[in-house]
Amino acid sequence: MAEAALLEIRGLGHEFDVSRPWLQRALRGERRRFLRAVDEVSFAIPRGQTLSLVGESGCGKSTIARLAVGLYRPSRGSIHFDGTGIVAGQAQPALRRRMNMIFQDPYASLNPRWRVSDIIAEPIRVFGLMKDRAQIAARVGGLLSQVGLTPADGTKFPHEFSGGQRQRISIARALSSEPEFLVCDEPTSALDVSVQAQILNLMKDLQARLGLTYLFISHNLAVVRHMSDQLGVMYLGRIVEMGPAEAIFAAPRHPYTRLLLEAIPSLSEPGRARVPVGGEVPSPIAPPPGCTFHPRCPLANARCRAEVPQPLTLQTAHGAVDIACHAVAEGRDRA
Amino acid sequence: MAALLEVDRLCVEFPTRRGVLRALDHVSLSIAAGEVLGVVGESGAGKSLTGAAIIGLLEPPGRIAKGEIRLEGRRIDNLPPSEMRRLRGRRIGAIFQDPLTTLNPLYTIGRQLVETIQTHLPLSDADARARAVSWLEQVGIPGAADRLFSYPHEFSGGMRQRVVIALALCAEPQLVIADEPTTALDVSVQAQIIALLKRLTREHGTSVMLVTHDMGVIAETADRVAVMYAGRVAELGPVASVIQEPAHPYTAGLMASIPALDRRVTRLAQIDGSMPRLNAMPPGCAFHPRCARAVAQCMAEQPGLMAAGRTEAACWVPVKEALHG
Ligand SMILES: Nc1ncnc2c1ncn2[C@@H]1O[C@H](COP(=O)(O)OP(=O)(O)OP(=O)(O)O)[C@@H](O)[C@H]1O
Ligand SMILES: Nc1ncnc2c1ncn2[C@@H]1O[C@H](COP(=O)(O)OP(=O)(O)OP(=O)(O)O)[C@@H](O)[C@H]1O
Ligand code: SF4
Ligand SMILES: [Mg+2]
Ligand SMILES: [Mg+2]
Repeated sequence: MAEAALLEIRGLGHEFDVSRPWLQRALRGERRRFLRAVDEVSFAIPRGQTLSLVGESGCGKSTIARLAVGLYRPSRGSIHFDGTGIVAGQAQPALRRRMNMIFQDPYASLNPRWRVSDIIAEPIRVFGLMKDRAQIAARVGGLLSQVGLTPADGTKFPHEFSGGQRQRISIARALSSEPEFLVCDEPTSALDVSVQAQILNLMKDLQARLGLTYLFISHNLAVVRHMSDQLGVMYLGRIVEMGPAEAIFAAPRHPYTRLLLEAIPSLSEPGRARVPVGGEVPSPIAPPPGCTFHPRCPLANARCRAEVPQPLTLQTAHGAVDIACHAVAEGRDRA
Repeated sequence: MAALLEVDRLCVEFPTRRGVLRALDHVSLSIAAGEVLGVVGESGAGKSLTGAAIIGLLEPPGRIAKGEIRLEGRRIDNLPPSEMRRLRGRRIGAIFQDPLTTLNPLYTIGRQLVETIQTHLPLSDADARARAVSWLEQVGIPGAADRLFSYPHEFSGGMRQRVVIALALCAEPQLVIADEPTTALDVSVQAQIIALLKRLTREHGTSVMLVTHDMGVIAETADRVAVMYAGRVAELGPVASVIQEPAHPYTAGLMASIPALDRRVTRLAQIDGSMPRLNAMPPGCAFHPRCARAVAQCMAEQPGLMAAGRTEAACWVPVKEALHG
């Protein structure tokens, strides 16, 4: 790839300690238990491009997002931003001001006691980007208008807004420090489709004009297709298929990706029931051996139950796609 | 069919220092037993407020200024708080848009479910716990028995939302107010939750008011749809008609902004401009400043719901052509 990567993630892994309280553990003679939220994840996002992560709820997308901006310390692996390693727990102001994050939960991420204008101006103040009060007020007013609110809304408190309006406030805050890299965790999930169209158009305009780089997370696959250059499909903490979004939407190969794309609701046939991905969702505390998707996979065989599949690169008309699946490697998926 | 829930010309107002803001303006809806009413519309249009008014949880200073809400023919908008609390949970279950307002961060998931179950149903601790596990399984939480001891912050966004759904359904209410129940969920878990809601409507005659921005979910689940704009119902009708041949220009614009999965466009269609603020409502139809079809009457006179094609629309110049594509 010719372009230099702005964000580069190598061999990333993250575990959460989910042991019961010490006393209960002692009484039951239990050991500590860990939940592997992210495992062996590697990808790079070239400057000015969008990489999206999709996958089942709980598969580790938000954890990767938080690791990427240094909110968690990874258990394994490395994260480089423009060549510099991100170290969780260190201030690194020169690095941090160049990135920002739109959180999945717009309620929890807005301070209820602050006025909206102070919330949006916070990154500007923290990084000392502007000093002049009138200049800051003008910038905040402009951001509010860009996300479809009005400058007068700045004097209100978060609870005076609807869910989607609060989500737009958090988008305005994320944009206020003019970051180069933006992590967007479900940025439009609370928005109706017409406001969503405005926000997505705004994000694409900013990208075209300022060369922003996005790590984008959404359950809405049509939105993902619209926004993404690269796409990573995750299952239980791992990336199972990764490549140009067009290649994967045109011809999904991994059995999980195929089931995921089939589970999308259809607008043209009201009342039609969908086929959810069948089988039991495995517990991330005790993941199944081999390919973690095997209990639900229509193509699973003995090898799948024993051996973890490694990513294999396939060439397609839209570019190279990495797929971690024994059936694909053996050509069984096309039989 | 007699309606289980009737919302009759409901008006909700917020008194402020600069005057009274009317956030809901003569909203009328009904839901029959076993029916799913979808509610869609612009962000800030008043969908959540309508739900909050029905379950008696309007946050002050918001208040019902006019209108009535009836459950099985009986008024519930003027019940004393203690009676409303009994109704809530047992007969009306609520899934809020914001999972964190429902979940107590200091208690484990298991404790919250068991307490809710025991408040409404006479069950022993062990039975209530078994039922809690079964509800977590029904909403698709993997390893449910293991995760009773987890705290809300240890769950992903979508998992928290599913716990909220389990909490709302575990007392087996007659009416479920579901505000964006599936937005944080992937398409597969979403399909599972929708299947669960549909099974409840079919087998127990549960009625559902389903607020969501996801038109795919609406198409799949709802019997009828109400489209809201600026505190009013803009269009109301059977789901297939509202989606495929909307009569209100706002509904038509909404349908056109949905990104398509099967083709890629450089720019999505959008309705330019934004919804008017409550303190700056234009005269006439609230949509007219953004409407390409507006005529002089739209700027002067406020339209009420009237029959238009196969739906009812609050519009003087309803769209007649069916949408294509
Ligand atoms: N602070 C935490 N402590 C313990 N476990 C956690 C914590 N945060 C996340 N987890 C667990 O890590 C796994 C991945 O969570 P994550 O939030 O990354 O999922 P996600 O892919 O963003 O899901 P969703 O689509 O539902 O938001 C889940 O099983 C979750 O329960
Ligand atoms: N406490 C409050 N004070 C003043 N206005 C309020 C208050 N709460 C809500 N509103 C206003 O009432 C209107 C309706 O809000 P509501 O939450 O019902 O919208 P919604 O249709 O659910 O939107 P969304 O899809 O974004 O969740 C909004 O314009 C909001 O600003
Ligand atoms: S490796 Fe085997 S179990 Fe896993 S997805 Fe491929 S075929 Fe299915
Ligand atoms: Mg998440
Ligand atoms: Mg709402």
